[in-house]
This record gives sequence, structure tokens and C-alpha cells, in this order.
Amino acid sequence: MNEHLRRSAADLAADIAARRISSEEVTRAHLERIEAVDEEVHAFLHVDGERALAAARDVDARVAAGEPVGPLAGVPLGLKDVLTMRGAPTTCGSKILQGWHPPYDATVTRRLLEAGLVVLGKTNMDEFAMGSSTENSAYGPTRNPWDTSRIPGGSGGGSAAALAAFEAPLTIGTDTGGSIRQPAAVTGTVGVKPTYGGTSRYGLVALASSLDQPGPCARTVLDAALLHEVIGGHDPLDSTSIDAPVPDVVGAARSGDVTGLKVGVVRELGGAGYQPGVQQRFDEAVALLSSLGAEVVEVSCPSFEQALAAYYLILPSECSSNLAKFDAMRFGLRVGDDGSRSAEEVMNLTREAGFGDEVKRRIIIGTYALSSGYYDAYYGSAQKVRTLIVRDFAAAFETVDVLVSPTTPTTAWPLGERVDDPLAMYAADLCTIPSNLAGNASASFPVGLAPEDGLPVGLQVIAPPMADDRLYRVGAALERALTEQWGGSLLDRVPERAEVSA
Amino acid sequence: MSAAVMDYDEALAAFDPVMGLEVHVELSTASKMFCGCSTAFGAPPNTQTCPVCLGLPGALPVVNRTAVESAIRIGLALNCSIAEWCRFARKNYFYPDMPKNYQISQYDEPIAFDGWVEVDVDGEPFRIEIERAHMEEDTGKSLHVGGSTGRIHGASHSLLDYNRSGVPLIEIVTKPITGAGARAPEVARAYVAHLRDLLRALGVSDVRMEQGSLRCDANVSLRPDPAAPLGTRTETKNVNSLRSVERALRYEITRQAALLREGTPVTQETRHWHEDTGTTTAGRSKETAEDYRYFPEPDLVPVAPSREWVEELRATLPEQPHLRRKRLLAEWGYTELEMRDVVSSGALELIEQTVAAGCAPQAARKWWVGELARRANETGSELDALPISPAQVAQLQQLVEAGTINDKLARQVIEGVLAGEGEPAEVVESRGLAVVSDDDALGAAVDAAIAANPDVAEKIRGGKVQAAGALIGAVMKQMRGQADAARVRELILARLG
Amino acid sequence: MALTPEDVAKLAALARIDLTGEELQHLAPQLEGILEAVASVQQVADADIPPTSHALPLTNVFRPDEVRPSLPREDVLAGAPAAEEDRFRVPRILGEEA
Ligand SMILES: [Mg+2]
Ligand SMILES: [Zn+2]
Repeated sequence: MNEHLRRSAADLAADIAARRISSEEVTRAHLERIEAVDEEVHAFLHVDGERALAAARDVDARVAAGEPVGPLAGVPLGLKDVLTMRGAPTTCGSKILQGWHPPYDATVTRRLLEAGLVVLGKTNMDEFAMGSSTENSAYGPTRNPWDTSRIPGGSGGGSAAALAAFEAPLTIGTDTGGSIRQPAAVTGTVGVKPTYGGTSRYGLVALASSLDQPGPCARTVLDAALLHEVIGGHDPLDSTSIDAPVPDVVGAARSGDVTGLKVGVVRELGGAGYQPGVQQRFDEAVALLSSLGAEVVEVSCPSFEQALAAYYLILPSECSSNLAKFDAMRFGLRVGDDGSRSAEEVMNLTREAGFGDEVKRRIIIGTYALSSGYYDAYYGSAQKVRTLIVRDFAAAFETVDVLVSPTTPTTAWPLGERVDDPLAMYAADLCTIPSNLAGNASASFPVGLAPEDGLPVGLQVIAPPMADDRLYRVGAALERALTEQWGGSLLDRVPERAEVSA
Repeated sequence: MSAAVMDYDEALAAFDPVMGLEVHVELSTASKMFCGCSTAFGAPPNTQTCPVCLGLPGALPVVNRTAVESAIRIGLALNCSIAEWCRFARKNYFYPDMPKNYQISQYDEPIAFDGWVEVDVDGEPFRIEIERAHMEEDTGKSLHVGGSTGRIHGASHSLLDYNRSGVPLIEIVTKPITGAGARAPEVARAYVAHLRDLLRALGVSDVRMEQGSLRCDANVSLRPDPAAPLGTRTETKNVNSLRSVERALRYEITRQAALLREGTPVTQETRHWHEDTGTTTAGRSKETAEDYRYFPEPDLVPVAPSREWVEELRATLPEQPHLRRKRLLAEWGYTELEMRDVVSSGALELIEQTVAAGCAPQAARKWWVGELARRANETGSELDALPISPAQVAQLQQLVEAGTINDKLARQVIEGVLAGEGEPAEVVESRGLAVVSDDDALGAAVDAAIAANPDVAEKIRGGKVQAAGALIGAVMKQMRGQADAARVRELILARLG
Repeated sequence: MALTPEDVAKLAALARIDLTGEELQHLAPQLEGILEAVASVQQVADADIPPTSHALPLTNVFRPDEVRPSLPREDVLAGAPAAEEDRFRVPRILGEEA
């Protein structure tokens, strides 16, 4: 494997800025890696090598000219296919958007390009970000680099797998109910869901507007923080964007000091029903935090029991409305326009042909939950549960600085196991959903491999809104201590991929 | 299908009409409700669109502050309460001219609610209660191709232009209007006219019904008597002029009355007004109507206008139109009839500005409602769109009063000003239109007229002074209207007296 | 509550998805299972709890009324399934007007 592939984004950027290596060379190495392993992993839906190399050469030229460049300039990156980028297709993993080239850049995309990051391509995902396994992609599933018979998590399985397969040092994810954190957990990578409003949703194809949030995915805590800083901050194009500076996430990631930090273990997220190896690694990590000077207490958030139910009403409701625009009139797929059918018939046929099963399930549930006569019982009640969850968090953060839990109840499961069992699939997001409902900051960090299956386990850290820096403080403390304990990064233990060709 | 109708007087003798009016007003903001695209009218198709107003995946709305201010000012002018906290909502239904397949509107939390207006119906006040005024966005426009008439029915396909998509709208909804009786259509017309004047005075909209910047949907139902419960209503759309408001309601009342008389229940439905035939036809019935599945718009945060902001906006409100009209009536000494003509020809502001420029109110009224209204009518333009200013009209009147020109010449001066020949004084100069009062020039013309009309001259000599008119006319004709008529008369009488 | 294939067909019509009979049979029990699982929200949702629509309490986010450049029309129509006379071409619309 090329020497550049295992290095952190921070190191690569420093070497590029110091002209010890060129961005072109780093980019080329990653494009070759994608070429070699992505047929098996299938982390990418679209790769534009020419464009990436041109962008890399542009950074190299700016460095050579002595121009100041950002702290991640020249580093390759994979962009989840739910964010728009001019000159590239955006499919959201759906047939209905096959071949659609958006005429505008998402704010996140624009900030990445302005900061000199080199976009390699678009990463695979569950269709419209609905799923926890990336099996709902209309373009075929992504495989987990730890065990290619298993799922890489979802919806951002492509972004997580690209990191674990060393196809990119950085990727962007989006998190509606755990789509950044759960894939991070099952692939042994770092994934952060910023405070709702901390990163812009402009150009992020909406699943559930009140829950969606883009965030950084990386192999190290510092890399995630550097990427967070690039994409974060106020955006006047997003009404829900917070008009305040990004918390000092990079400083926190460099510090990793948890002395005196009050850590609350959420009683409702753990114990019975959790895979023993997951619980074991989680408990060990909490003990480690304690040994590093954190003060650990147990905290109860009783309303979390209802979070999953509330989420699976709020999300489908918003998504049934957000996905109405996919109607064959202005963009995307059009089916059955034979000159005899009406616009309404063509809409019906196109949506039937263009959407996958899970998308249809959620649209119909949402249509039901919002319809007159059912609104109060379903959508209305779910909104009340949301209030209770916000209150539980507020009460917890009165006494602790951060909350922790396992990121997911289990490690990666075999492909196909939950495809036609929606409720089992939904359970994967049990621990991650409350943060989306409350809008606070949340992240997953790798804390080892479950003894029974040798697969990665993630620990979730939750911080109050706009206290994203605390996530990185905890993540960096764990990373430092565990790397020392393991004698290297967890990802050193990912099985070598047989590189098909070079 | 042309439904049977009952004679109007007969219908009103048998039934009591109850109306509800929904008026949509396009605001005249520079940019759209949720994006920076221009709202300018008449641009080439799809040139004023962006990811937001095209509803492209990923795009997000951001509220136009001026649109919110206009909504609050409209609410205040309608004597409404202004919400302390309200949200936008999504109204979900599929329609190709609505890009997102939901309209961002307001549902159970309108920005303004519980107001009233007093309108003038043939000189009598009539109070109309306002239910709400809320903010929403307009849709795109479809062009139906392949049908014989350009109508939706029978078309083979449609072409969509999204330039109007996302233009800010305010929807103003009345409470049920009762007690109007036979005057219901007139009350409705007076109400829409009142809104038009009010919105124009607020400066928030162009209020051009013919361009669709003010649109009215008229609900009406009939009941046997005012004590009976409300009957089944119909909602008539596409009512695009003041005259249509009155006609459409009159038609719908007579149609429903005919149905009820023969024992057929009225169907609750949307109906379309056809200006050409003066009738309404049924649209989709409400049974198959959409369930709009309203819910709070998650892409927008709530609007919570501070009381200070509301009071600041209240301070910008113009005088209420009916109060202003009363005040000006007294100040200018017009009759009720004269005032009504002024208002209906859209000349009120213009006259006010002309008077402010120093013109006598009656003279200002004469020019605007007479000569200028006639010319606007001929060219099909609005009075205020004529290329003559109130200051120029005041100047014209000054020239008349100074005797430089007479009324007849003034009409030619107006023609010159409208043709872009400059200020009235310049037109007088360049066209050589000044009245001649020079005795030498007039004397020669008078002598010629006497010589040409000896019998008339004889009558005057015999004491029939009123016969002088014929000679004055002859002089005027000879001098192409530019003679000072009073001086000509003096000269004639001096010669023949 | 029982969700029949007919109920699902009605919802699908409202959502403009032309589901096949086979799909209706397959989806109805799945959707019913989901609805049963989420119905528990009704038990905790007391009348005195205010609903939360937005996670964070922001209000009054506005933009100034300023015109910004629109997209070039080529870009607007580039993604259209069909275009004609500088407009989006769509199949005939079943209108309100009869
Ligand atoms: Mg409306
Ligand atoms: Zn726009």
C-alpha cells in the first residue's frame, strides 16, 4: 500500500504546505487505491480523477507561489452523494436522480473547495439517507472493509468505508438519526454530528429538515476537528444556521484534557439487549476516562425510551413532504411520458419506478402520520415526545458536561440480515437518535474490537448545543490513551485489501 | 353545461346570501419571498429562477424581511392583531406549477388575525370582519399547448415558467359576511375596491387585477333566512376584475337559488368564473380534494415580531382611505358624486399632488377626470402611467388662468406634453399656441368677420347683443382658436354698439 | 389499528406512488408493524406538553429584500426531462378547471 494512504490528513496537509510532497502525488495515490479496491468495497458512486488532479495541481501551484493555504489544503476527500456539487452528478443513492447534475454547490461543498480540499468523488449511501446499512442504495451496497460480508453502517456507509479502506483520509457525512456516527462505530472511524445549525444544510438534499446535519468523518480526532472547522459556521442561506463562531474544536482535539470533566453514562442506553462485546469495550473506555481524570456518574434520561418511536414519526412526516419534489417535472427520472398519460400519471409511475422499498415505506408512513384525523395522535404526539427528550437532555446537562453511551447496540451485521425487517434495521439507531431530536452535538469514537467477533465498537459522546469542542476533548483523550495501549491505531488492524489492479 | 338561473330579485326574496372573500395580493418587493430572484413582471421565461424557487433538491428558503414588514403593515391597516409568535407551515399537494409540491404558507398561526374594515357601499358604511392575513408564496405559470383555446382542457401538454414561483403573497380572508342581503355583490365589490385602495396607499403592492397582482376567490352560500344555519358554499376562482367580483357573485346566487328552489342540493366545490360567458363552471368537487397535511415548516424558524417593531411599522401607516376621502371631500368642496368619479378613475393621489402644486381642486379634477382620463382610456393605460405629472397639470392650469391659453388650446398643450415635447410653457412656445389679444391683429380679423356677415352685424347694431357669438366664432375660426375671446367680444361691441 | 392494502393504496395515491398489488400486500403488514411500534408516543404525550417542531429556539431569521443573480436559463433547463420554448415541458395537467 502506498505510504501516503495511512497518514492523517493533518500530516499530509503539513507536508503539502511545506512542499515535501505534492497534493497531486497524494491525490494520485488515493485515486489508484480507489481503482484497486473500490470494486469490492464500493464506497464511491462517482469518481472524477481528472478534476481531482487538476484541483490538486492548483493547490500545488498556490503553495509554490507562496500563497497562504488552509490547514487541509491539498488533502483528498470523499463527499457523500447527498450534497450538491456543480460538475458532478448528485444521486442520493436513488434511481430517481440518476444522472442529475445540480447547477449549484452546497455550502459545505463550496467551503471545502475554497479551503483547497481535493474532492475525489461522491460516496455511496442508503437511498436519500434512509437506512443503517447502505444496502438501500439503488447502486448496490457498500461493504465493510473489516469484513466484506458485513454492512458498513448507514446511511453514510460509503463515507465510513472509504476511510477504513484507505481510499480517502477525509469524508463528509450527514446525520439525521445516526448516519455519521453509526457507520463510524462499525468501521472503527471517527464521525461527528455537529450541533444542529452548526454546519449548513444548504445543498444537502433533505431527508428530515429538522434533524439533518452534515459533519466530518475521519480516521483521527484532530482530522475530524480540522474538517469540522472548514465546513462549520454561519450560513445566511440556511435559516436554521446558528449565527455564532464555531467552538474551538481544533484546540480541544489537540488538548485531549478531560481532567475534572463530568461524564454521565446514560442508564437507558446500554445493558440488556446490547451485544456483550460492545458493552464490554464501552465499559472499559468509560473506566479509562475515569483514570484520565474525568468524573463519571450515571444519569437517567427516561424519555429516551420513546425516542425511536418519535423519530420514526417525525422523520417520515418531514421526508414525505421533502421528497414530493421528485415528481419527474423539472429534473431527474421521468417514466411513462408517452404523450397519452397525464402529468399526474407520469408522477405516479416515476415515483413508483424511481424510489426503493424503504423510501416508499417512509413516505407512506409520513403521509399517514400527517393526514387529517391522525396528525394529533402521531405527528403531534411525536413532537411532544421531542419536548420531553429536550427536557431530559437539559436536566442531564445541569449536572454533567457530556453524556456517553455505546454508539450502536451491536457491531456490523451480515449484509442482507435486516433488509426486509425494518424494525430490526431501525433499532441500530437507538442510541444516536436522541441527539438529532434535541439538536445537540454528538460523535462516535472507536474504542476497540468486540471480543466475540473482532469487529469495531464505537463510543458515543453527546455535548450540549454549541459545545461541540467537548466531543473532541473526550475523543482525543480516548484516542491518545487507546493508541498507546494498542501500540498503534485501531485501523492498523483492518485486513489488507487484496488490491485488484494498480 | 349551462345551469338554470333564477331571476336575481326573486332569488333574493327567497334566500339570504352569506359570502366569504379570499384575496391574494402579490407584494411589490424587489426580490422573492424566500430567495433573491427578481419579482419584476414580464421577464423572459425562467430567467428569474434559482435553486430555491425552482425547488431543486438541497435548496433552502430564507424569509424576505420586507415581505414580513408588509404583512404586518397590511395586518395593522386591517385593524388586525399581530401574532407575537407564529410559524410558516407546509401545505402539501402535488401540482406541476408548484416546484416543491408543497406551498410554504401559514396555517393555524397567521401573522395577522381578527381585524375589520369599514367599506363604503353607495355612500353607506358596511363593516366586514377580517379572519386573518397570512404570508405565502406564489406558484409558477403554465401554458397549455395543443388545446383549441389555450385552456387546460384538451391540451396535449403544458409548458412551465417559474418566474412567478416564490413571489410573496399575502392572503386576506374575511369572516362570513352576513347582513348584506340583495346588496351582497355590491358589498363584495366595494370590499375588494377598498382593499385595492388600502394596499395601494400602503405602497405594498401594484394591486393590478388585470396582471394578477390582486386576485379574488369568492365563496357564497344561500340560506332560507338569516336565522337558518349556513348553507353549502361554493368557491368561485378566477375573478379578476372589480366588475367580475360583482357579476360572479350575482350569477352564483342566482344559480344556487335555482338549484335550491327545485330541491337539488348545492355541491360544495370550486367553480371557475368565465368572463366571456358571465357564468361559472364546476371544478373538482371537494370530496376528491386533497388532504393538505399541513405541518410546521422545519426549514424556517418562527417569526416573533417584537412589539417595538410592530409599533414602528404602525407609525408608517398612511391615513385610512375612507377617512382620507372624507377629509379631502371637505377640503376640496367636491360633491359625493364628484368624489366617487375621482376615486373610480384612480385620480385621487394625482389630484392631491396637483392641488399641492398650487392648482385649484375643481380645476385639477376637471383635467384628470376629464381630458386625461379620456386619453388614458383611449390608449388603454392607467391614469398614473400617462407621461404627464401633477406639477405639469398645475402649470397648465396656471397658463389658463393667466390668459396665456384657453381651455381649447390647453388640450393641444396636453397633447404636446404627452408627446414628450417638454413642459407646458415650452409646448405653448414651440407650437405657437398662445392666445392673441393684440388689438391690431384682432381688429383686422373682427373687421373681416363683420364684412363677411353683414346680416349678423345688422342684428347686433339693432341691439341683439347675443348675436355677437356668431361673429366671435368666425374670428376664432379665422385665428385657429388662438384669439382671446373676451377681447374679441369687446372689439365687436365697440365697433357695432 | 389494522392497515389494509386498500388503506395503503389510498395513502400511496395521496403520495403519488403507483404501487403494484404485490407491493400493497407486502407493505401493508410491514407498515402496520411500524405503526404499532411507534403508537407508544401517544401514551406519554400529555395535553400539557408543548410540541417541539424545531430543535433549537431560533426566531426572526430574515434576509434583506435585495435582488441576487438568478441562474442562467441554460442551467435552469439543463436538468429538465423535456423543455420547449424556454420552458419546462410536462405532460398534460389534469386541472382544477373542467
Ligand atoms: Mg393560500
Ligand atoms: Zn429564486
